[in-house]
Amino acid sequence: MTAVTQFRAAAPLARFRFSASLASVAGTSFKPEHFRAILDQGGHEVFFEVHAENYMGFGGPPHRMLTQIRANYPVSLHGVCMSIGGPEPLNPTHIERFRSLVRRYEPALVSEHLAWSTHGGIYFNDLLPLPYTEATLARVAQHIDQVQNAIGRPILLENPSSYLTFIESTMSEMAFLSALARRSGCGLLLDINNLFVSATNQGYSPTAYLAEFPLDAVGEIHLAGHAEQTDDEGDLLLIDSHDRKVADPVWTLFESVVASCGPIPTLVEWDSNLPEWPVLSAEAAAARAILDRHASIEPRHAHAGC
Amino acid sequence: MPAAEATSVAAQRLPIYAANLARGLLDPDHPIPAGIVGPNGKRPVKRYNVYRNNVTASLVDALAAIFPATRRITGVEFFRAMARFYVRSTPPRSSLLFEYGRDFPDFIARYEYAQAMPYLPDTARIERAWLDAYHAADVPTLAPQALGAISPDLLANVMFVPHPATRIVRSRFAAVRIFAANRQDGPFDRIEASVPEDALVTRRDLEVTVRRLPPGGAAFLTQLLAGRPLGDAAASAFNGAPGFDLAANITGMIEAGVFSALHVGDHA
Repeated sequence: MTAVTQFRAAAPLARFRFSASLASVAGTSFKPEHFRAILDQGGHEVFFEVHAENYMGFGGPPHRMLTQIRANYPVSLHGVCMSIGGPEPLNPTHIERFRSLVRRYEPALVSEHLAWSTHGGIYFNDLLPLPYTEATLARVAQHIDQVQNAIGRPILLENPSSYLTFIESTMSEMAFLSALARRSGCGLLLDINNLFVSATNQGYSPTAYLAEFPLDAVGEIHLAGHAEQTDDEGDLLLIDSHDRKVADPVWTLFESVVASCGPIPTLVEWDSNLPEWPVLSAEAAAARAILDRHASIEPRHAHAGC
Repeated sequence: MPAAEATSVAAQRLPIYAANLARGLLDPDHPIPAGIVGPNGKRPVKRYNVYRNNVTASLVDALAAIFPATRRITGVEFFRAMARFYVRSTPPRSSLLFEYGRDFPDFIARYEYAQAMPYLPDTARIERAWLDAYHAADVPTLAPQALGAISPDLLANVMFVPHPATRIVRSRFAAVRIFAANRQDGPFDRIEASVPEDALVTRRDLEVTVRRLPPGGAAFLTQLLAGRPLGDAAASAFNGAPGFDLAANITGMIEAGVFSALHVGDHA
């Protein structure tokens, strides 16, 4: 019944965990506002992640900046609007644009989201949720397969921040992500802020969530800041806002993952209310210090279980 | 082919959740969709509204980033209210946000509360053209000496290839001055808004530039960009503006980077 061809079935994640030199490197989102400061600062112990869609124009300053960044640093290409989690067929034009970016910039990491953003011809510019069922699993696995075949390499799929659940869901997010990785050969991008936000919003323990997360498939970690609101009952509702420093409990969870898995390429995201470069750079340095503390831990084999 | 099987299996059971959620995302009066909950039976209203807010606010932010001068003119609150109406009536059809808002200037022209600022739509048109020029393909601009290499008796037959960044925005108002004054944060002298200005938007290498075209310049350039030969374009410019300075116009346009190439067409 599963109808998805396995992509690079033999240890598909090995390249992320062993051959890439990124394992012990911390990176940040790349923002054009920081371009000059980054080049002035120099140094190469960092990598940069860009939202793929911002570089899908024909030319001009965006490509010139990214070319220069890529010449000096490893780059992670992070797709935001493939709509992999949607029921509609993927947009072939968008896949082609994504493919040509992968060919042009040869990113060290390529990732997308377990979410949808386009439906009925409208682009909603948000990472919208999906129910976790056998039917959606089959559909999403097929979408991942389609993207991986188009770009000729596996992608990392990011766990979402969630605010609600679907009554029709029949499996947990962790079970869904594990099955997706197994079926499609994709890796996972563990966003620890999303994990913390979802756990808080869904009323379960982040450490329990983490214990069930398929860590052996993780090829990159995201850290970011979140905002606080309240739900209809007046209880805490966390919002994945990417507009401030990483919260203390997220750092703690991060350290526990690295302590048990060894260094994994880690990225601090910051997308709005942008600080000066030194502030963001210091966040990456803090992540780097945690990776360094656990540098002696041998990353375990991708399928040995972490 | 196994993939086809997956499609058919999935297609039978999947279409509900996205359509169900999507319906209310841009409509604040739409009821909260069925089938979603918080943990332990908690209500989904504020939870669903997180997505609602994300969608509208992020698209309003996208417009604010594309139209900063328009926003400075109207003020932030006015702009956000206007943009919210636009977002809800005209959400993006493309996932590339830098393509969004092509018809926002037309919306502004119809927007009831913006009628006191008749120069606003053209200012927004220049901003939209600016962003198109910013993302346009990297193509070398025509070398200034290129025209000098053409034999004088063939000049009238010269046709130009527009650079992909080149845009013209014609206005009955001082849209270029208003645009330039409001694309920066500093104070500026009073602008007489009723003086017509035609904007020329170009990009040499990385720098997008917005200039005022001299009298007759827009008519002349519109002809050239449409592929008409130089002789015809000059004639139509002289018709509209007897004082039209052909040499200064053509030199200025080549220096601005309006064209990427030229070739000599057949005799008309």
